[in-house]
Amino acid sequence: MHEMSLCESLLQLIEDSAASNHFTKVKTVWLEIGKLAAVEPEAMRFNFDLVMKGSPAEGAKLEMVELPAIARCVACEKDVEISQRYDGCPDCGAAGLILSSGDEMRIRELEVI
Amino acid sequence: MCTTCGCGEGETTIEGHAHHHDHEHHHEHSHDYGQGPAHAHAPGMSQSRMVQVEQDILSKNNQYAAANRNHFTGHEILALNLVSSPGSGKTTLLTKSLEQLQQRFSVAVIEGDQQTANDAERIRATGAKALQINTGRGCHLDAHMVGHGVEALKPADGSLLFIENVGNLVCPAAFDLGEAHKVVILSVTEGEDKPLKYPDMFHAAGLMLLNKIDLLPYLDFDVEQCIENARRINPGIKVIQLSATTGEGIDGWLQWIEAEHRQIAAGELETVAQD
Repeated sequence: MHEMSLCESLLQLIEDSAASNHFTKVKTVWLEIGKLAAVEPEAMRFNFDLVMKGSPAEGAKLEMVELPAIARCVACEKDVEISQRYDGCPDCGAAGLILSSGDEMRIRELEVI
Repeated sequence: MCTTCGCGEGETTIEGHAHHHDHEHHHEHSHDYGQGPAHAHAPGMSQSRMVQVEQDILSKNNQYAAANRNHFTGHEILALNLVSSPGSGKTTLLTKSLEQLQQRFSVAVIEGDQQTANDAERIRATGAKALQINTGRGCHLDAHMVGHGVEALKPADGSLLFIENVGNLVCPAAFDLGEAHKVVILSVTEGEDKPLKYPDMFHAAGLMLLNKIDLLPYLDFDVEQCIENARRINPGIKVIQLSATTGEGIDGWLQWIEAEHRQIAAGELETVAQD
């Protein structure tokens, strides 16, 4: 639902980068999206195409790289990969894991002309 | 659109805000020129090049949020971001709380809704200062809107500022407004598995208010299970059970606010910025 806002934020970052890095056209945008970030890839693509119209990134390809969700189990002190926030530790079953990565929403790089 | 700072919230309206800017916005730019056509992602044809950006997509929001947070701590204002699904009783809880809080504090309220100024009017009826922000198509408040809201509302030094977010358990979780804490309100008519269904919000909140407990005798709602679900998502979350209608449990909530306010006044509040 908020993918429209995310795309508008993305547009601002791209326009800033276009001014400081002197490019006029973006061919590809690479994002890194954590598995547990509240981002729906299909909604992101749909809004990306709409929001980028008239900007240097109009018609650009959107590449989203999913980053795994890693959490620390306080019981067995291991870093484990999880797929939901409410997952228990896959090794010892303890609940209450502390997420260390997996909620990122980053723009990594742009392929520009 | 706001031409001075470039804000693009085309359908957002803030009561009394005529898009006048006398504050400075900070814009950070990446000056990193990347690794050229030999980089792994470059197709090796045409004159295209790679530009490393390496920025959080919400970095602009986070900059505005940091500016808001500086303002709040500098003026000893305790800012709380109230989040919930629509109909959890946020505004009723707020109006009941304000009746008591205003005896001891200066209180200001920012109301976020897609449309109408109904909630701000309900708050003003208690005597508190209130400002309505209508987000139009937007599903959440962002830090930039709140910054403009604070400029217009001018909460007093040492005051309490309640930011009642748009009723939505999804999107507001991602947007830091510069608040000291997110407070999530869950009513017992909603089902005890809400924390599992909307984990991002319960993860982001420091306090959960379990509202409408006067209705528990008529419902099949397992309070213990609900709290266990919330702690499964967020082991550190504090929980207060209350009823805005009967007033039961409200004292615990007011005491929590007072304790947080004392900490911010003493410069000890450990505010939680989002990643």
